[in-house]
Amino acid sequence: MLSIIIEALIKSVLVAFVLLTAFAYLTFAERKIAALMQVRRGPNRVGPWGLLQPAADGIKLIFKEEFTPAGADKTLFFLAPILTMIPALVIVAVIPVGPDVEMFGRTIRLGISDLNVGLLYILAIASIAVYGIVLAGWSSANKYALLGGLRASAQMISYEIALGLSIMGPVMLAGTLSLQGIVLAQQSSTWYVVWQPLGAMIFLVAGLAELNRAPFDMPEAEQELTAGYFTEYSGMKFSLFFMGEYIKMVAVSAIATTLFFGGYLGPFINEFPWLGIFYFAGKTMAFLFLMIWIRLTLPRLRYDQLMAFGWKILLPLALFNVVITATGIVLFN
Amino acid sequence: MTGLNISEVAVFAILAIIAISAALGMLLSNNSVYSALFLVVNFGVVATFYVILGAPFIAMAQVTVYAGAIMVLFLFVIMLLGAERIQKSRHDLPWQRPMSIVLIALLLTVTFYVVVNQNDSGPLLSQNLTSYGSPSAVGQLLFQEYILPFEVTSILLLAAMIGVVVLTGVTKRRRRARRSRRL
Repeated sequence: MLSIIIEALIKSVLVAFVLLTAFAYLTFAERKIAALMQVRRGPNRVGPWGLLQPAADGIKLIFKEEFTPAGADKTLFFLAPILTMIPALVIVAVIPVGPDVEMFGRTIRLGISDLNVGLLYILAIASIAVYGIVLAGWSSANKYALLGGLRASAQMISYEIALGLSIMGPVMLAGTLSLQGIVLAQQSSTWYVVWQPLGAMIFLVAGLAELNRAPFDMPEAEQELTAGYFTEYSGMKFSLFFMGEYIKMVAVSAIATTLFFGGYLGPFINEFPWLGIFYFAGKTMAFLFLMIWIRLTLPRLRYDQLMAFGWKILLPLALFNVVITATGIVLFN
Repeated sequence: MTGLNISEVAVFAILAIIAISAALGMLLSNNSVYSALFLVVNFGVVATFYVILGAPFIAMAQVTVYAGAIMVLFLFVIMLLGAERIQKSRHDLPWQRPMSIVLIALLLTVTFYVVVNQNDSGPLLSQNLTSYGSPSAVGQLLFQEYILPFEVTSILLLAAMIGVVVLTGVTKRRRRARRSRRL
């Protein structure tokens, strides 16, 4: 019993450490890639090739003044960044990053936990992730922030449905809600993106909308709402929002990898189980690059277009995908 | 009382205290945003109870549907209307307070009756407890044994959905009326 707790603790600390490092260097990668695509140089002053830029940013943010507006609701203003950050961190607990490996004479699962309701856990956490943003908008006592919070809640509720329906495809094909089970099922057939191209696309689009990333970054549209829900935030509280958004990017990429692109699977995985981690990290990074690419390419949607697209196009498509998948399984099995 | 140990009782006691305080906080808070948040905490604790009872599927459904979807919509409406502060108005319903006392008395009587008359036959279904609350077990029950109630519920939800579409939808006549008003 004690050894199980110690193992889980070590793994949790490791995952948190990896995610925070990933956050730091994702911001750096985004700025570098943006620079590359816009024919600029990007950050290159701090350290070799600017590699220490994230550390410099972090130190700067820690020493900035933390300002609380006079009319703000102090308790919720303080809680909101934390409530945004926590779901982003805990959602990855069910994602397997590799097959079971032997270490110190025991079998160790590469992943914190393997729930039999793993996917429902992901949906549940994703659905409560909106609170931090909404409460930040409300507690700031700022009209722009409130509008950003309202937009965020409407948008995330709308796209959650399409997101939930799009992951039903892999669930039906694998016959399980456990993520480890879904990966293993892809080992015996093939990557589910082959059977579920539409589902994978819906997942990516709805995932971007859940993240409030461009082109769905209505809640923080600079030109309309200054900075949306985090207009009044500064210092470490602001960076918590930032951290939440980037860690959620990593989480969505990891989930997409697991559900549609074979997770940690790859050549020679049975002989060298540790390779799984590299396959998994590589595929996740490819998705992260895709997200940055999309942000730099597409302009932002208008708010009414966003809602119309979510309800009138994405949701029927997702339903259609579920029906087609179910029919196919019944016919060909 | 079989199968109870100290740590289980301790966990239950802590969760129960949180649940009851959250419920009281919801009732007593003057700010409806805080009321809604206390209710979210309460739903979360109830979900934890489901996990402890070996029903992870129900727990996750509880979080997704109640804490995640319904309460977010509650918050949305509260914020949209700016209805955070409750004021005493003359529109308060006069029969609400006596009615609530009657209903509380009824609830307490029923609870008391159940507690007194429970037959302690030990844990039910101890042999298949691990698979009892799993998603596939719940699915089997819903789509085989309880298919009729399930379908009736879905028709109810469909009716509600169509109602919303009809009430909010822009019909041809209304659109024409709006256009003529604009002119």
